[in-house]
Amino acid sequence: MSPILGKLTWSAIPFEEPIPLITSIVVIVALAAVAIWITKIKAWPYLWHEYITSTDHKRIGIMYIVLGLAMLVRGFADAIMMRAHQFLAIGPHQGYLNPEHYDQIFSAHGTIMIFFVAMPLVIGFMNFVVPLQLGVRDVAFPTMNNVSFWLSASGALLVNLSLFLGEFARTGWLAFPPLSEKAFSPGVGVDYYLVALQISGVGTVLTGVNFVTTILKIRAPGMSYLRMPVFCWTALASNLLIIAAFPVLTATLAMLMLDRYLGFHFFTNDGGGNSMLYMNLIWVWGHPEVYILVLPAFGIYSEVVSTFSGKPLFGYRSMVFATLAICILSFTVWLHHFFTMGAGADVNAFFGIASMLIGIPTGVKIYNWLFTMYGGRVRFNVPMYYTIGFMLTFVLGGLTGVLLAIPPVDFIVHNSLFLVAHFHNVIIPGVVFAIMAGYTYWFPKAFGFTLDERLGKAVFWCWFIGFNLAFMPSYLLGFWGGTRRMQHISDPSWRPWLGIELVGAFVIGFGVVLMVVQLVYSIRTRDQRRDLTGDPWDGRTLEWLTLSPPPHYNFAVLPDVHGEEAYWHRKQEAIERDALIAEPDYQPIEMPLNTPVGVICAFFASICGFAVIWYIWWLAIVGLIGAFAVFVWYAWRDEHEHIIPVEEVIANARERRRVRMENLHQLSQST
Amino acid sequence: MSNSEAAAIGLTHRGSEDTGLGQRGPQSKSIVVPYGFWLFVLSDMVLFSALFATYASLVHATDGGPVTSQLFDRTTVAIETLALLISSFICGLAMITAKRKNLLWTQIWLLLTGLTGFIFLLIELTEFVGMIRIGAGPQRSAFLSSFFTLVGCHGAHVTAGLMWIGTMMAQIWAKGFREDILRRLLCLSVFWHALDIIWVAIFTIVYLIGTLP
Repeated sequence: MSPILGKLTWSAIPFEEPIPLITSIVVIVALAAVAIWITKIKAWPYLWHEYITSTDHKRIGIMYIVLGLAMLVRGFADAIMMRAHQFLAIGPHQGYLNPEHYDQIFSAHGTIMIFFVAMPLVIGFMNFVVPLQLGVRDVAFPTMNNVSFWLSASGALLVNLSLFLGEFARTGWLAFPPLSEKAFSPGVGVDYYLVALQISGVGTVLTGVNFVTTILKIRAPGMSYLRMPVFCWTALASNLLIIAAFPVLTATLAMLMLDRYLGFHFFTNDGGGNSMLYMNLIWVWGHPEVYILVLPAFGIYSEVVSTFSGKPLFGYRSMVFATLAICILSFTVWLHHFFTMGAGADVNAFFGIASMLIGIPTGVKIYNWLFTMYGGRVRFNVPMYYTIGFMLTFVLGGLTGVLLAIPPVDFIVHNSLFLVAHFHNVIIPGVVFAIMAGYTYWFPKAFGFTLDERLGKAVFWCWFIGFNLAFMPSYLLGFWGGTRRMQHISDPSWRPWLGIELVGAFVIGFGVVLMVVQLVYSIRTRDQRRDLTGDPWDGRTLEWLTLSPPPHYNFAVLPDVHGEEAYWHRKQEAIERDALIAEPDYQPIEMPLNTPVGVICAFFASICGFAVIWYIWWLAIVGLIGAFAVFVWYAWRDEHEHIIPVEEVIANARERRRVRMENLHQLSQST
Repeated sequence: MSNSEAAAIGLTHRGSEDTGLGQRGPQSKSIVVPYGFWLFVLSDMVLFSALFATYASLVHATDGGPVTSQLFDRTTVAIETLALLISSFICGLAMITAKRKNLLWTQIWLLLTGLTGFIFLLIELTEFVGMIRIGAGPQRSAFLSSFFTLVGCHGAHVTAGLMWIGTMMAQIWAKGFREDILRRLLCLSVFWHALDIIWVAIFTIVYLIGTLP
């Protein structure tokens, strides 16, 4: 090992493997092309000031969502490759991926989809929506918010770098020891996995701290807890789970790193190590993680179903209680991920029953959504399609989950394709459909124009049909003994089912392409689809009170909240009186300054992470010193905020009032 | 309470009704910053709880190597603990003088906080080096891996705290007792005391139980 470059040599670049090599070259060329294009239209200063260094929660939210969607394409490419390979590698045929490569792909697929697709998307929506719904101007710690984003981006960068330099883990998305120990995985793959997750994990913990503080301490006057929109409640529950669960992940991965780098014996086969300890620790994080993702998704569905049914959410309080019940129960079920460990009948029975109990609050939620629709004047816009599609399919996924929660059943279908079908059946309708619904629902708020409905519905049908084709056969295959993560399939009678699944994957792929088409088409025709009122869906919560897109400071004056559905009541009162509330006394507004500290921090974190992966110790030290220097330099600043002059606030606010008055006259005349 | 009564004692915000559940609009930074920091400390405690759980499940996995009672010395640990507790007490004094904006004494107390913390760290390092010398390093057994990680993680936190104390002393010296700097001092003291709490747990679970006859 060289002292200058560590383990890094020319052989790290996969010259003899065409698939990763060509993919990397295509990605590098594409990135370079985007960079040249941005330079050509001279957009770097704009990006730097408005996005990269922004402390505006809306901009940071958009960056998170862009990161998540980009990584979705990467994770999806992995999925198509696996499905295509499975279809080809049956009986005498060997497919086109060797086992080494196939194992890396399913590990990367899981890691990317959970950590760098679902997490950034969910956090992105929380960033964009929560302060607006609470009627405030920003999160509690705007600069830290920017740092969180860039640390997540740094983790995503490292995972993707493994495609071009070295390899990725072949250990599955949770890197179980002893396979992930140095003795059995000597390469840099597991190190890429560990370092990338540690860096992005720090960002996630900071996000958790930030949002719990925001929701508990920063709300508009009058916005008491039981007046908060359900999305804010779910965001609170999700971030509480982040604070309680992510440090466990950090500790667990740190222990595995100590095993690998310094020869400790936490999870090794020798020295008294215990690999089942890793299972317990990782799933104490891993199971709450499921709810970190799905609770905000439930929040999105709640907002959508109430808005498009034109009714208040049925059973608002029971929804809040159900959310918090899931929040607590999620910490009592981790052992159901390894009933086969052999902990004994009593332990398994406890965790089996606890797992089934989660079905109760989840059922409460499903009924609440149904009853919200019942008797309402339901408008079938794209977000509503996703919500109904979710309810139909998610119930099935939930029921197979209850099946898996029965320990004797789990002994039979453990680690099978039945399990793969189950968790895709909860995560895709549960989280991905919610993300698609939220994307369509809040897009006009973020950019000032709506997305095309027809194309949006086409995308929905692709996802809905494609998902069912791609995963329902796996339930059967699992019953017939199909285990997960198989690189080769020996039973030729499975070919038709695997063929259906491949078709399903292509249908979803077509949906992803249509999504891009929808975006491009909507941008091109944006002048016909402007949202001038700031309230395109006849909304009920405070984000629809302000303009689309909202000014940096969101609200010229913080709204005064007098009940649940703060905006809806205000709107109805205004329609009744055909007048807005009297013009308030506008004041200059203090807003946090932009800061490059996040991106610089992430730069040093990436360098340090890269150095650790490749054993380049001097560079790791440089990275650490750099990061510390940035902190001290940042702490030395004297200016935290800049003042938005009152004239600007008044000008913006009057324009908004004029637009709203016009809209109001139309509404008053129509009722 | 009627609205006017509530207004009289400053409980309402522009006429909205108040039930005393924090509906007065966004809280000031002097509330928000320490609150957020408390949450961070809480997440740190969760991290330690994972390490404690690991230690508890691996403490007997000695792989034929040394066991707890052969390695720990109560007297050394008592001195170590004393150093850390005194450090925390002095940190409290620093906070009092900072509140009175007494520059000289704040600096002196902060320096002494750091020094006593440093003494703690030195004793810990001596213990570590001694153990590694007799072949009881972290690579020896799962028990020793978990011991070095748990206690070492606390030590790493103390080291970070020392760097923070140094930075704060420089900031007070250069910028005086600005409001934001006082907030940071408050966070620093929360952090320092939290490390004490964790140490008390380490002292009990690792050293006291480990040296029971």
